Amino acid sequence: MMESGPMTGPVLTDGTAGEPPRSADLSGVPAKPNPTGEIGGTFWRRFVFRRPLAALILQRLGLSVGLLFAVSLMIFGGIEALPGDFATTYLGQSATPQAVENIRKDLGLDRPWSERYLNWLGGAVKGDFGTSWASKNSVSEQIGKRLGNSLFLAFFAALISVPLAVGLGMLAVQFRNRMPDKIINVISLAAISLPEFFIGYLLIMFFAVQWGVATFPATVYDSMSFTERLSAIALPVATLVLVVLAHMMRMTRAAILNVMSSAYVETAELKGLGTFRIIARHAAPNAVAPVINVIALNLAYLVVGVVVVEVVFVYPGMGQYMVDAVTVRDMPVVQACGLIFAAFYIFLNMAADILAILANPRLRHPR
Amino acid sequence: MPELLSVKNLKIEATSYPPGEPPKVVTLVEGVSFDLQKGKVLGLIGESGAGKSTIGLSALAYGRGGCRIIGGEVLLNGRDILKLDRSGINTVRGAQVCYVAQSAAAAFNPAHKLGDQVIEASLRHGLMSRDEAKQRALYLFRVLGLPNPETFGDRYPHQVSGGQLQRAMTAMALCPNPELIVFDEPTTALDVTTQIDVLAAIKHAIEETHTAALYITHDLAVVAQISDDIMVLRHGKTVEYGTTKQVIEAPKEDYTRALVSVRQAKRDEAADQSGALLKIEHVHAGYANGFKVLHDVSMHLPKGQTLAIVGESGSGKSTLARVITGLLPPSEGRITFDGKELPKALKGRTNDELRRIQMIYQMADTAMNPRQTVRDIIGRPLSFYFGMHGARKTERVKELLDQIEMGPRFLDRYPAELSGGQKQRVAIARALAARPELILCDEPTSALDPLVAEGILNLLLRLQEETAVSYVFITHDIAIVRAIADSVAVMHRGRLVRFGPKSKVLSPPFDDYTDLLLKSVPEMEIGWLEKVLRTRRMESAGN
Amino acid sequence: MNLRSIPLSAWIGIAGIAIAILCAIFAPAIAPYGERDVVGDIWLPAGGDFLLGTDNLGRDLLSRLIYGARTTIFVALAATVLSFSLGMILSFAAAVMGGFVDQLFSRFNDLMMAIPTLIFALVVLAVLPQHLWILILVMAVLDSTRVFRIGRAVALDVAVMEFVEAARLRGEGSLWIIFREILPNTLSPLLAEFGLRFAFSILFLSTLSFLGLGVQPPAADWGGMVKDNKDGIIFGISAALVPGAAIATLAICVNLVVDWLMKRTSSLKGGRGDA
Repeated sequence: MMESGPMTGPVLTDGTAGEPPRSADLSGVPAKPNPTGEIGGTFWRRFVFRRPLAALILQRLGLSVGLLFAVSLMIFGGIEALPGDFATTYLGQSATPQAVENIRKDLGLDRPWSERYLNWLGGAVKGDFGTSWASKNSVSEQIGKRLGNSLFLAFFAALISVPLAVGLGMLAVQFRNRMPDKIINVISLAAISLPEFFIGYLLIMFFAVQWGVATFPATVYDSMSFTERLSAIALPVATLVLVVLAHMMRMTRAAILNVMSSAYVETAELKGLGTFRIIARHAAPNAVAPVINVIALNLAYLVVGVVVVEVVFVYPGMGQYMVDAVTVRDMPVVQACGLIFAAFYIFLNMAADILAILANPRLRHPR
Repeated sequence: MPELLSVKNLKIEATSYPPGEPPKVVTLVEGVSFDLQKGKVLGLIGESGAGKSTIGLSALAYGRGGCRIIGGEVLLNGRDILKLDRSGINTVRGAQVCYVAQSAAAAFNPAHKLGDQVIEASLRHGLMSRDEAKQRALYLFRVLGLPNPETFGDRYPHQVSGGQLQRAMTAMALCPNPELIVFDEPTTALDVTTQIDVLAAIKHAIEETHTAALYITHDLAVVAQISDDIMVLRHGKTVEYGTTKQVIEAPKEDYTRALVSVRQAKRDEAADQSGALLKIEHVHAGYANGFKVLHDVSMHLPKGQTLAIVGESGSGKSTLARVITGLLPPSEGRITFDGKELPKALKGRTNDELRRIQMIYQMADTAMNPRQTVRDIIGRPLSFYFGMHGARKTERVKELLDQIEMGPRFLDRYPAELSGGQKQRVAIARALAARPELILCDEPTSALDPLVAEGILNLLLRLQEETAVSYVFITHDIAIVRAIADSVAVMHRGRLVRFGPKSKVLSPPFDDYTDLLLKSVPEMEIGWLEKVLRTRRMESAGN
Repeated sequence: MNLRSIPLSAWIGIAGIAIAILCAIFAPAIAPYGERDVVGDIWLPAGGDFLLGTDNLGRDLLSRLIYGARTTIFVALAATVLSFSLGMILSFAAAVMGGFVDQLFSRFNDLMMAIPTLIFALVVLAVLPQHLWILILVMAVLDSTRVFRIGRAVALDVAVMEFVEAARLRGEGSLWIIFREILPNTLSPLLAEFGLRFAFSILFLSTLSFLGLGVQPPAADWGGMVKDNKDGIIFGISAALVPGAAIATLAICVNLVVDWLMKRTSSLKGGRGDA
């Protein structure tokens, strides 16, 4: 159940995976239409030629901003296009036409959707997501606190899972096709098949209910001290770690194996170098890019993984806020949360791309 | 004189994993023995799969991808290196014995500078100080004729050309002053005009440093230039082993004799080359990103004759084939077939126009759908163009199989069950099934072993006599051109350099490029390399 | 290919899937009680009349589990088949036609994939009325983006092969090229992908149901059963863990089969690699 990033596909390959550009036309540089249009063409081309690295990074940044804009359009406009009337939903099926009319006016649904979209987007850019239909409170205010809580959770999950995954991945490579590798393989295969909520409730059942060493539900509030917060999020963090670890480890293993089976590692072996030197000097610099890529992709997944985990642990974060809003069809909240989650996802995928570009010696040292 | 390297009764196995079956153990090398003295060069020659690389790597006690050395001895200065442990063998690898791979582009680490990689082994084995190693690298860069030797080491692998990388790899192997270097097809991936430079550089460098070498190649003409002794291998066994002079000039075994005499069948060119079945006029072509590949190319081909298009990689010869087929419409110019202009793009052509021009590819493996049987592969053009079905179709497929010298028992085989040569024959039958007037042959023999290739060429010649089909034959191999062409077009960097009847194009006066190309093709003659280099020196002295 | 070459892990997977499918098909015959019948007290422990105990309303957990297999497998399978057909047709069309069509499809696909699947589903399900077929459709459309990407990559791999070019040069139409030249050569990786998508669909459906947005009560479905019984966890009642374990087991079984299929594919490519 991996969510791979939107930009890891064909776009990435023209810079990192393919053979190095050997011909004079520098075909490794984006063959995409340049964003500045015809007039800027020669300038952009020259820039691409002289600073391919900067050009690629600029391109990824531009692409992400464009993507985010398109996503906002889809989250807002796409919903408009779907059947179902908000006002009717809001009031229930038995509402009188007059009441529906009033509520439409109240919520501003009588204005054309393009106008409402521009309003919404303008506000969103400034951090104002309007008013919740359900609670009549400012959405931004509500989100502010909860976003912090969610990030707190995701941060600690990342802090634990990243080193653990990379370490286990390297261990699996070291013992490739032997017992430790096979055990890690079977366990991780099982782990990626477990739904988040199952892991969550298993942990609650044992750690909180039977042995009483952890707290449930994982409520946090303002007056809590840092250590109290940490102990409150222990179980949710553990759940997230288990969810994301197997994927990250399997992908890390594959990335390192790919490098270890390359011809230049064989060359190093035939130079009579020691194992440590081969790994540190010849394999590691080339494995960094794919491993960083793996990590960033999994962090993107982590951001989404918090939704279910927050519901399981009744943790006051963005995910739970969004799910609650969806059940009562509180659209401003749903749209705001959707946009923020998508923004994080896009940003992390972009970071993965850019880090991979930066770690590629062929792009760092152009001809 | 004591032996530097003495290999005795070597036996090497590998485990293969055929899909859906339990793993199988295959013997790659069996009972191979040879001796190599200090400063001498032994050439190991054979087709792909003859086990020559595997033998070469055994000199470093290394088994690639699941190969295991299970028997015999590899004595280096009298010591069996197969019995050494990991740290023991590490004092041999990269110090006493070094390795030059076929693809230097893959064998260099993309993350480090060339200079650092060249001196790494010398430093790690404590053979010299960093300054000494750098001096030696500089010396080797000079000996190997690399450009700007002072700054060459500061560059990254992707920043230099393939020929330079191959020489840098040789420098890397020579740097620690090893007693033995294993060259594993070091020039195979290079163009023929680059190959001669690298070959000369390697020869010069190993003579200069008195290093012994195992030189592995499939090209007997190449190994004749560089080695003192030659061992001919086939299916992991020794066929013939002797001095270079004896093997080249007086081969004992039939197989060796066939290797030496390959491609001596010559055909006289047609006297009348006036008509034109295919006419290419002022064709320009390029790719969508604006990169232009062909510039103003014109040539023509009379009915029933063969036009050979010669050039190195990047010359545009394969692009020209794509233009003729319509896969890549030309941006300018026109192509006339049988007096009528062909629509530029594939989509604009009628099925009959498509039928009359067929194509044979270099890799028969990828040119045939692996999930179709020979019957389907050859039968499809029959039903597609002529609407044949059932028994009539089968009859015709059998006829075609006869024509390509394969029997009806191959009808229901899949491509994977055929040998390389058989696959190429089936591809020819598929082309013939359409009753074409022109067949485009894109290097149809270059992926095949020399003997098999010879058979395919003879088949093509015979079919031309029987059916009066015309060929456009794309190749980089001058020997093939000599053997089968009526007219020749030489291409270089997307331009036509020279075009005309074979006898005219291949005889002087030459233009510079054709001269270079013709002189670069190794000939099966001892001392050929020295002769070429001498002429070159004289010419440059004369200028 | 013979039966003996199938590894033990794949056999376990196949057996698990077979049991689940049998339960789904013959649910009324196997289940001791009805799907929606309240037969006892709430959250009765396992044993006695109720092999797995009862749920939060006093319904037999085992019976609901068996009926739940029906809903869960039906919805997940329907969504997978739909998403696979959609993704495959579009991706093969993109790969074969190339040019503008390819650009249009691919860029739109990139856009769809820029929003995490679960978030996308939450936003869309917030608006749409709650019907089973809408749920299936939403799951299928969202998942088809991933199928599209894989399908396009696989098809492009094959489409650049010379035998496809040879078919084009012969003058064959797009349909022949897709169905006779490309499809037979992509079956193995695509079969593995189908399994992967199916496993994902099971988990995704369960997650949606768990969040209250999937299959609606009183119909039994594994994710929903976890939601129904989750409040018992604090009292040490493990009723919620039973359907959770069922989801996990089925997903593991599917993944075991997929794992084997993938290894088989990579060895078909001739790679000795890392088998």
